[in-house]
Amino acid sequence: MPVDELRKLQYKLMKTLVYRLYSFSPFYHDRMKDAGVHPDDIRSLADVKKLPFMYKKDLRDNYPNKMFTASTDELVRYHVSSGTTGKPTVVGYTQKDLDVWTESLARSLTSCGIGRGDVMQVSYGYGLFTGGLGLHYGAEKVGATVVPASVGSTEKQITLIQDLNVTAIACTPSYLNHISDVAEKMGVSIKNDTSLRVAVLGAEPWTAGMRDRIQERLGIRAHNIFGTSEISGPMFTDCAEQKGIHIWGDIAYTEVIDSETGENLPDGESGELVVTVLQKEAMPMIRYRVGDITSLDTSVCPCGCTHPRISRLTGRVDDMLIIRGINVFPSQVEHCLMQIPEISGQNYMIIVTRDGSLDSMRVQVELRKEFFSDKIDDLLEIRKKVAYELKNALNVSVDVELTAPDSLPRFEGKAKRVIDRRVL
Amino acid sequence: MTENSDSCKYVIRQISVFSENKPGRLSAIAKGLEEADVNIYAFSIAESKGFGVVRLIVDKSTAALKKLADIGFMVSYTDVIGIKMEDRPGGLYETASILGDAGINIEYAYAYSGRNGAVLIIRVDDVTSAVKKLLAAGKELIKAEECL
Ligand SMILES: [Zn+2]
Repeated sequence: MPVDELRKLQYKLMKTLVYRLYSFSPFYHDRMKDAGVHPDDIRSLADVKKLPFMYKKDLRDNYPNKMFTASTDELVRYHVSSGTTGKPTVVGYTQKDLDVWTESLARSLTSCGIGRGDVMQVSYGYGLFTGGLGLHYGAEKVGATVVPASVGSTEKQITLIQDLNVTAIACTPSYLNHISDVAEKMGVSIKNDTSLRVAVLGAEPWTAGMRDRIQERLGIRAHNIFGTSEISGPMFTDCAEQKGIHIWGDIAYTEVIDSETGENLPDGESGELVVTVLQKEAMPMIRYRVGDITSLDTSVCPCGCTHPRISRLTGRVDDMLIIRGINVFPSQVEHCLMQIPEISGQNYMIIVTRDGSLDSMRVQVELRKEFFSDKIDDLLEIRKKVAYELKNALNVSVDVELTAPDSLPRFEGKAKRVIDRRVL
Repeated sequence: MTENSDSCKYVIRQISVFSENKPGRLSAIAKGLEEADVNIYAFSIAESKGFGVVRLIVDKSTAALKKLADIGFMVSYTDVIGIKMEDRPGGLYETASILGDAGINIEYAYAYSGRNGAVLIIRVDDVTSAVKKLLAAGKELIKAEECL
């Protein structure tokens, strides 16, 4: 599609969406009023910058469904991801929302050369997380045969890759590294003993260097996938050229802004990603501040495609951590610890490391004096309880370390409670 | 004198110290006690992944507790019993079965070599009953005031 036609289509879809939200979303109606913007003020794509932003916090404040613009009987699915504090983020989908999501991913997979004749192992978690089911339907749509392996049982996954002649895999880059490590221990070389030729990797930050290492080691093409549940789920990948992730312009309108000023940044400049999903029914997001740091490239891709691209994500504007593909906010950890009387909730440290290829998260907490016992079993019980509560709140296994009161660092000003020792 | 206050004489105050498994924690405890002029009679460490509890029997428990708290340790008193060990086989088994028969649970035990022979320190869930049972069975217990 020529660029000007694509932009015309984007404008038309944007205009419809803005009218829709102004009319049916009390939340966004008020936000537009507060910003002094009326749908009639949006006369071109250049006017989009007048529209107010939406934030992850808005989803939490409107938990679980106050942002929905579809009625419950129109919804066909929910996905749930972790929020910044105790409350998770709930996303509802109409059938059309699922169709658009699947269509987007199908186009992306096609651009990576995945289709009929491929056997794709989906090793993202199935369930509330969007990774598993998203890739599942996307791969089916392009005619690939899906192996819904989900996460875990790595040795069995390797056996399936061999026995079912798996040609494509979707998972986090660190899980693929783990699979390769385990395969080596089993005496299996992914490069020489399997049919694997392509991987679709994401849900956590990874570098071009890591991509090159994976491609070299496994003898495959490793593509980068992007998406987050607030915009539906994983939707966009880079193409065979591997020169940035194509954000299909008829599905989403992409901006990169300066986080501080909110101003749009020109092509190539690094800033915060802002996405408007143009065709969403159940929970439309206008100018959603995704929080990932990237840059925009609106030039025509060497593959001939005119849809804009974003560069590999380089970090976050907030303190969100991604542990084994799961989003974890330090505020969630704090919120959870505050509920446990045996420990001090205010003072804690989060230490993230990568053991081999898997992330591991350790939380240091201070035991309260009243709960100190000379019996080691009592203390182990407290540690077990904290680990259980954190696992419950974060969906990630956490190693808990009990420490004495006042032994953890105190901070003047902004607390630095996270030590991330992972080397990407 | 009531029976209760009688058995009180045999209740020894152990000092329990929380300690992270980090280098230098034990020497910090030892240094602190030396500065407070406290003698350590018995000493045991229970360790788990990442942390441990150091248990001490000392001559001046009040001074010891204060000093350790002052230098930043989490400390508490724990009531324990000291049993003089007869120098013959089966002594430990006898003690355990006296308490076991009375339905008293030994949480943990450790031994040390006292001025007048070996002493077994035990931590039980019901100290008063344990003292009574052990005395009735003819065991010789360490008095708190003589504390070793
Ligand atoms: Zn391309």
